[in-house]
Amino acid sequence: MENEQQPKPFKQFFMNFKLKLKTVLTSKAANTFYSVLFAIVLGLLVGLVILLFSNPRAAFPAFGKILLGFFGDPVSISVGIGNFLYYSTPLLLTGLAVGFAFKTGLFNIGASGQFMVAQYVAVLVAFATANLGPFNWIVALVAGILAGAIWGFFPGFFKAAFNINEVITSIMFNWIGMYLTTMLIKNNKVIFDQSRARTFVIPKTAFIPKLGLDKLFPNSSIDIGIFLAIGVAVIIYFVLNKTTFGFELKAVGHNRHASKYAGINEKRNIIIAMVISGALAGMAGGLQILAGGAGNVGNSILVIETLSPEGFNGIPVALLGLSHPIGIIFSAFFITFIQAGGNNAAAAVIPYEIVDIIIAVIIYCSAFSLLVRLYIANRLQKKRIEEEAKHLKTLNNAVSDTSVNKGDLNG
Amino acid sequence: MEIIIEMRHITKEFPGIKANDDITLQLYKGEIHALLGENGAGKSTLMSILFGLYQPDQGEIYKNGQLVSIKNPNDANDLGIGMVHQHFKLVENFTVLDNIIMGAEPLKRGLIDRVEARKRVLEISQRYKLFVNPDALIEDISVGMQQRVEILKMLYRENEILIFDEPTAVLTPQEIDELMGIMKGLVAEGKSILFISHKLNEIMKIADRCTVLRRGKNMGVVKTKNTTIAKLSKMMVGRDIEFVVNKEPAKPQETVLKVENLHVISPLSKKHVVNDVSFTVRKGEIVCLAGIEGNGQSDLIYALTGLMPIHSGSIYLNNIDISKKNIRFRNDNGLSHIPEDRHKYGLVLDYSLAYNLVLKKYHTSAFQKQGFLKPKAINDNAEVLINKYDIRSGQGPATIARSMSGGNQQKAIIAREVDKDSDLLVAVQVTRGLDVGAIEFIHQKILEERNRGKAILMMSLELEEVMSLSDRILVMFEGQIVAELDPRTTSDQELGLFMTSGKSGGIHGK
Repeated sequence: MENEQQPKPFKQFFMNFKLKLKTVLTSKAANTFYSVLFAIVLGLLVGLVILLFSNPRAAFPAFGKILLGFFGDPVSISVGIGNFLYYSTPLLLTGLAVGFAFKTGLFNIGASGQFMVAQYVAVLVAFATANLGPFNWIVALVAGILAGAIWGFFPGFFKAAFNINEVITSIMFNWIGMYLTTMLIKNNKVIFDQSRARTFVIPKTAFIPKLGLDKLFPNSSIDIGIFLAIGVAVIIYFVLNKTTFGFELKAVGHNRHASKYAGINEKRNIIIAMVISGALAGMAGGLQILAGGAGNVGNSILVIETLSPEGFNGIPVALLGLSHPIGIIFSAFFITFIQAGGNNAAAAVIPYEIVDIIIAVIIYCSAFSLLVRLYIANRLQKKRIEEEAKHLKTLNNAVSDTSVNKGDLNG
Repeated sequence: MEIIIEMRHITKEFPGIKANDDITLQLYKGEIHALLGENGAGKSTLMSILFGLYQPDQGEIYKNGQLVSIKNPNDANDLGIGMVHQHFKLVENFTVLDNIIMGAEPLKRGLIDRVEARKRVLEISQRYKLFVNPDALIEDISVGMQQRVEILKMLYRENEILIFDEPTAVLTPQEIDELMGIMKGLVAEGKSILFISHKLNEIMKIADRCTVLRRGKNMGVVKTKNTTIAKLSKMMVGRDIEFVVNKEPAKPQETVLKVENLHVISPLSKKHVVNDVSFTVRKGEIVCLAGIEGNGQSDLIYALTGLMPIHSGSIYLNNIDISKKNIRFRNDNGLSHIPEDRHKYGLVLDYSLAYNLVLKKYHTSAFQKQGFLKPKAINDNAEVLINKYDIRSGQGPATIARSMSGGNQQKAIIAREVDKDSDLLVAVQVTRGLDVGAIEFIHQKILEERNRGKAILMMSLELEEVMSLSDRILVMFEGQIVAELDPRTTSDQELGLFMTSGKSGGIHGK
């Protein structure tokens, strides 16, 4: 955004780029990549060992299928890709919800509740605004996002006003949200299909548009949701890193006291952070339930009184992506990829749970990867301090009273 | 004199730097031997080698003339070497007794024999006059008491060589005096002490001899009775240091800060921690709040800067009542604040130096446009301040604040606050834990600001600093200002008397 105003935009861009490249190469990012890779490889290896124990004969073929991911789709690769992108969407957004909260120093474990409340509201609004035609889906989606935001507001508010730990509140609000929506759905004749214990399929105008993607990946569930999700991730990245708003949010996340000292309204920031996090989880719920799916048959909310797994799966996605919005895009893709592979492998006589275990191990190892990263970072820092000391040495030798002279410049 | 420990030709190299370069150190039995040097001179490395935390690349260690090898702290302990670290190694939610015996518990049928342990600990504390309540939890006792527990730990293990790593950095003046007494007592009982410090007056007061390190090299050993503070500091820094702050008398002008009948109530104890305080600070003067820690100075500062709500009274900054205004308003309207706790308040440690340097002005039009940060402006601002204030860091503006040394972190905060060009500068404990070079620089800066016509409100626990830097001294005792003193006409003793007893008799209420 800046560059447009600068006299020499290209040079400016180049300088920024050079600066960035330097930071990338010298700071966390490079070793972050290796540590995540380490986690993934370790997780896969442990998974292989488990496979070997559970069914030695099928282990290697099944492992191969897992590694193939959507490429091993029994129907066709294009269906595999289409479905892969479709299933990545809610995971990406809940991952983003959790990761965004992490960045601002909060643990939003309530993505599940926000997701479910958003689904309910989206369905409700989808039916209520069926006469809006092409705007039907937009209104329903926005309603879902708002519902998620409201559900995120409560834990944020309680944290800011009464210093109640957001983990406790958001877990409570998971259950409240789940039972509340269950109750409201069951008592709503318009949306509840009693015979099948689920909601009716929403009007077709409320389906998330496919914009020809179903022609590109025929017979798959894909719609434009994935692009909306990636767009949101990029926006979040910009907000966190390029705006004063992100500056404040992250400052509060790193150090609440220093933020207060700097004049930042840290309580308001906590609430806003939770509202945005809830909105992201709400968008996941909205996109998921408003999706037309393969053959445009539509989705419905099953009334089964369990918390939605998508919300919880956002936690590992955020962790593996190290809470970085762009990292989360890739980690959501990766986990969906492995899950797709696992689905395909489950056909090859291995229990699907193995895939879950492998994912769990990868997540577990990503905690190790944090340790590895810290270790590398510490070593880098040590080196840096030594360099600094060396630098100091030469400085001290050259001029003995730099500090005093420099100080005078101020006068 | 008998040599109990001798470190001969110790060299320790870390990639890129020789932390210790051919250092020889002899410790006599029954002496207090100071190890003096600036931050990064190699004191801690040398002591870590003696305590077995590092292995030297070259050189040997002898105890009573015998070559010994110290591979880890357990070896050191077996040789009777104990260490009080700068940051105590205590279990917060254990009792004093359990902390002392931990790792060396007396056993009776496989169970800890606390009766025996208590007997021994009480015996030791009697003998060395180190009184602590053995049943108190560590988290409930003062820092000074915690240090006693660390000392008792060494004595319980019958260590004869005691290493103190900057023991006074965390103590109040009173506790420092007590510690000095304890150290003298320990030496009288035949212990030998290695005392790491960069505080010259303490070394002169307590140590028998002093080894001076500079950039990893031994600059020589001197007997403290044959030297002066000026000589020692020159040995340490390599140049003359100005101890007496040279300043002209203040020319105070109009009032910038006016505090009237201020009351602050502690949210925990519900006590009036600031009790009916009124004072003013004018342009071109340095007013210093003196007092023993916990007499309300910190609370007063927090109230002025908006970090703590007030109960009643008013605070005028340039004739605007700011007592109800938020922190952002105060920051934007002439208040600069160098906070007491630089890690808690002063810096976002995980932010870069550049971000930290705009922490209070990122929202101004110079650094943002319609909510978007201007990275170039932020970077340029950092470059300018880094040069102007000589902030040294590994990667310039991109350096993460956490990785910087304490002195440079403090310089960064000072750069940010002074550069704001506010009418009022509130500076709290600005030189705590810094070495003489940095202290000199900071004192210089503060004086410059005064001469430029800024109003400066300081708070310091260091008597020397209070006396040398301030133009007026306000002594706080139990939440009240009990005296206003002129540093030119008052003595350390008089100031100390006010600080400890709150006895009036000065020119209060002028």
